[in-house]
Amino acid sequence: MSRSRNDAILIWTLRVFTAIAGAIVLLIVGFLIVESIPVLKSVGLSRFFTDPSWHPARNISNSDETYGLAPMITGTLISMALSVLVATPLGVLSAVFCHYYAPPTIARYYRRLIEVLAGIPSVVYGFWGLMVLVPAIGRIHPPGPSLLAAVIILIIMIIPTIALMADSSLANVPPAYLRGAVALGLSRWGTIRHVVFPAAKSGLFTGVILETGRAIGETMAVLMVAGNMVQTPKSIFDPIRTLTANVALEMAYAMGDHRSALFVSGLVLLAMIVALVSAAEWIGKGRIYG
Amino acid sequence: MADTRILTPGRSEWFSTLAVWSAAALVTGFFLWVLWDIVSHGFSQISWSFLTTESEKAGRAGGIGPVLVSTLLVVLVCLAVSLPIGLATAVLLSEYTPEDSLFGRLVRRSLDVLSGVPSIVFGLFGNALFCKALGMGFSILSGGLTLACMVLPLLIRATEEGFRSVPLDYRTSAAALGMSRSSTLFHLLLPAATPGLVVGLVLSIGRAIAETAVLIFTSGYVSRWPESLMDSGRTLSIHIYDLSMNVSGGNANAYATSLVLVVLLLVINMTSSWMAERWLHRRIVLL
Repeated sequence: MSRSRNDAILIWTLRVFTAIAGAIVLLIVGFLIVESIPVLKSVGLSRFFTDPSWHPARNISNSDETYGLAPMITGTLISMALSVLVATPLGVLSAVFCHYYAPPTIARYYRRLIEVLAGIPSVVYGFWGLMVLVPAIGRIHPPGPSLLAAVIILIIMIIPTIALMADSSLANVPPAYLRGAVALGLSRWGTIRHVVFPAAKSGLFTGVILETGRAIGETMAVLMVAGNMVQTPKSIFDPIRTLTANVALEMAYAMGDHRSALFVSGLVLLAMIVALVSAAEWIGKGRIYG
Repeated sequence: MADTRILTPGRSEWFSTLAVWSAAALVTGFFLWVLWDIVSHGFSQISWSFLTTESEKAGRAGGIGPVLVSTLLVVLVCLAVSLPIGLATAVLLSEYTPEDSLFGRLVRRSLDVLSGVPSIVFGLFGNALFCKALGMGFSILSGGLTLACMVLPLLIRATEEGFRSVPLDYRTSAAALGMSRSSTLFHLLLPAATPGLVVGLVLSIGRAIAETAVLIFTSGYVSRWPESLMDSGRTLSIHIYDLSMNVSGGNANAYATSLVLVVLLLVINMTSSWMAERWLHRRIVLL
């Protein structure tokens, strides 16, 4: 390769731009920390997890502010766990349907449909939930806006994520495995369970990690249907508030320590995602973005 | 694909077969339910004047003209910033960085994390950096810049895919001919990798248009005609959110706006998958 001056300029320009792209994450973490420092200095980190309730703005009775994020963290974790629990089998079976059950034409349309589902914006799902799902749940068991509504909306939203990921990892199962299974006389479901799933294991795990990340990070759809009361839910029909919804709801009017406290909840969210990504790396697949 | 359909059902597997078909039916059913609800309530509201006039009475009446313009402007700002950065990063990572270099691995790792960052956290970040620290306030510019940070991993990934589909021969032949790296890039690799870039761009536009949480505290709520990039402007998705949550009696227009948004995204989605199938899976013959 020739080493002209132009080449050097080109490479260094590319490096600068790449460094910018790589530095965005650091910038995000940096700004979240800088904005969190005021409240961390005056209140300390531990009270975010030990305070019983969330009243970050001084209320009328002039009692002290409280900064308990625990109810919101519980809300996020419960809705995440329930939705992932239901969406994973549905999504994986969707992919199995595409590969081994559906006739080729149906499989093609079904795959296209899942791609379209993945592209529908969360605010549209939320609006649909608000207009259709919440009233329906309200008829069965008032009030309607509830953990259940949030979980159902989340399930619909994360199924495409796990389905597309499962679809591509099933596509990577070597055809020789299938022929081998057929030669040994294994049935269709037997092959899928004992040959395909083990072979596609790491891709399926990555799919679960991705959908979990989406369930934690989803904001608008959940906010619109969950009722947003700061409480630890006692039943599936109780309203809940998630960490993300909390930020979206209060950021508009938050001042001083309150605003700062919302950045702390942003940090908590980010910590959850970093933990997930590390888990994904540990499980073994390299790049998972996109 | 047909190869995988060699599996035959066993005799006593009706249960698993039933489970697979009903999972698929359930997903399809939900999709049709959502879509039918939006179309049946929204279709009658849509007219030329709805698409071009200003909204009245906080959105209960009138149209979405300024909202469409703001959406377009936010997306344009987003692309104007993310395109050069994304392209440069993809070029460097796929062409000029060895797999095991430290710099490359660090950037990839950081992009992995970036793609998982919840949109609301991007909103917080954009509010702190662009609105407050850089003094842009609630503006189309702040919103577009924050979105640019969000779509970067997606754009870079798709563009890298484009470069990977260029055969290795191109590079070795260029080197054998004594072409410099920069002319190899501009005359050979870039034209050949354009499909990947375009697919990435279309995907990014889709992601940007669908986004709400990033924009509520960066581009803001104002629904007047935007006069400059420093004006606050609400996008389609914020319009839907505001009408359904904060304005009583705004549901009819929220349905109509949802329909516009969904149709827009369907068009974008189909364009991108059509282009991906047509361009990326086929060997590029002509330069």
